[in-house]
Amino acid sequence: MKYALYTGCVAKGAGRELLAATYSACGKLGIELVEMTDAACCGAGVINEDNPILGDIINARTFAQAEKMGLPIMNICTTCQGVHRKCQIKLAADPARMEKVNAELKKDTGLEYKGQVKVRHFYEALLEEYGLERLAKAVTRPLTGMKVAAFYGCYAMRPHEYSDLTDPDDPNELERIITTLGATPVKYGERLKCCGFPILMMNKRNALKLTGNAVAGAKNAGATGMVTPCPLCHLNLDAYQPEIDKSLRMPVWHIPQLVAYALGATPEELMLKTHIIRPKEAFALV
Amino acid sequence: MAKVTFRIFRYNPDKEQASRYQDYIVSLEPGVTLLNCLNKIKWEIDPTLSYRMSCGSAICGSCAMKVNGHALLACKTQASELVRDGVIQIDPIGNSPVMRDLVVDLEPFWGAFRKVEPYLMPDSRDNPERERLQTAAQFLKIDAATQCIMCAACWSDCNSLEVDNLFYGPAALAKAQRFIYDSRDAKKRDRLVEISKLHGMWDCTHCGECSTRCPTEVKPLARIEEIREAAMAEGVHGNNGARHALAFRETVSKRGLLDENYVPVRSVGFFNIMGLLELLPVGLRMFIRRKNPPIIPHGIDNRKEVRKIFSRQKEFRRD
Ligand code: SF4
Ligand code: SF4
Ligand code: FES
Repeated sequence: MKYALYTGCVAKGAGRELLAATYSACGKLGIELVEMTDAACCGAGVINEDNPILGDIINARTFAQAEKMGLPIMNICTTCQGVHRKCQIKLAADPARMEKVNAELKKDTGLEYKGQVKVRHFYEALLEEYGLERLAKAVTRPLTGMKVAAFYGCYAMRPHEYSDLTDPDDPNELERIITTLGATPVKYGERLKCCGFPILMMNKRNALKLTGNAVAGAKNAGATGMVTPCPLCHLNLDAYQPEIDKSLRMPVWHIPQLVAYALGATPEELMLKTHIIRPKEAFALV
Repeated sequence: MAKVTFRIFRYNPDKEQASRYQDYIVSLEPGVTLLNCLNKIKWEIDPTLSYRMSCGSAICGSCAMKVNGHALLACKTQASELVRDGVIQIDPIGNSPVMRDLVVDLEPFWGAFRKVEPYLMPDSRDNPERERLQTAAQFLKIDAATQCIMCAACWSDCNSLEVDNLFYGPAALAKAQRFIYDSRDAKKRDRLVEISKLHGMWDCTHCGECSTRCPTEVKPLARIEEIREAAMAEGVHGNNGARHALAFRETVSKRGLLDENYVPVRSVGFFNIMGLLELLPVGLRMFIRRKNPPIIPHGIDNRKEVRKIFSRQKEFRRD
């Protein structure tokens, strides 16, 4: 298996541990990655709101680059994945728009998006292409005793027409991975809610209330840790946690970190020291 | 015929201290809607059960309720699709005070509509001889938003409303789009300025619940995206939401990637001392853990190409 790795901005910036963990997990699983060092920011929905055609051209450029590489794209951020899929689905449904986007793209880059590239999040690649049975066999350090609450991130689920989850109103994709790694998944009321990150700069009070509700929900349901496929959710859930309630002390992992750890990676490889809430206690359970 | 347990939220504030769930066992006939089942329960088993209904055809908007945790129209949904392990759990819609059983007080929902002044405000100086006409293309821009049946399904599941009951909510913002994009309305800019304030359009978290729950073509999140686009195009930029979008535009157009150090500062405003101070604790926490974004911002290989795309598309807009 080989992917064009779309890092997005956060894994290159405030979430470098995510990139480290992705390389660690994929290395251990034998998944080859070619980093897309020339792919631009997906716009996180923000560029699209500012100027929809511009957002589409930027994303079509990324897709065309991967098509040229002859590789499917692997995302490691739910927001990037959601924005990419929304763009793909919209363009596929609207040939006139596709034509317009391609005409513009061609003028500036010479590239053309053919509408063929597959775009998958890391966890979807594990589920659909790598296979959980194979993953189970690769686990060398089962996360027995860990109770992990999955936090999906809105872009994975909604609006439903852009979601690839089997049941976006009651998904089990992450829970299946958690089980495969030997941990126990914890379901709680807030697992499908917004983390608050998109309005952090607009209304911090509201944003942190949403974050706090999610962490408290996981804690009350008995979780010893949370895991998310979205580094933006991670920023709110982890880096802002002390500002919400110091007593929560809930470690939050990126999904590739959890996978890599179960495959035997060291905490250093996963840059766990960069976490604001250090997951030492939770890992000590293993 | 399969027997199904309807687990229904019951609450009568005049008589009861707290709410409870009551189970009704009903056999599902093929093809029945959820509303058919509720009617059967009310008419044949328990006449005290309260809920709103009228048209039975997804037009009046009165029968929204939460089923298995998500809002929908009872008259538009097949009961058989809702059974989970033999049970259908029914609650009143969310973000609204319960009056009795599944009946909620919709006053806050109507209040939000009133705030966006949901009526046409044409230029008072022109006094046309005949009615103001629209072309089909002009109407197409507001077609979706005009289809709102005011059922409050979107309001029920809105994540922002859960933490802020002053938030306008999805339906009212979609209604604002309906007038902001109306070729006959003369108050576009005033409307945009008003709903750009706190609790307005920039406070939407983009959770997507509204568009997912909406039983019509309104799809409020898509309309919110359009009013944000209009605000950016009109130059209504004096708020954190618009500045945040500008920060994206500025940094991505330069290096192809977001500059995570610049965006927060630009969003709260360079001269907003209080806002900047609020960013300090998290900045410090991240710095201590070496989690802070690199001081020299990263970028993609071919920045020139992205710059070219941005500068050529600058003027291109939907209309
Ligand atoms: S997308 Fe925005 S308006 Fe719609 S439900 Fe979510 S927060 Fe509310
Ligand atoms: S926008 Fe949709 S869900 Fe919301 S009140 Fe109108 S019709 Fe109902
Ligand atoms: S009863 Fe009128 S919309 Fe359902």
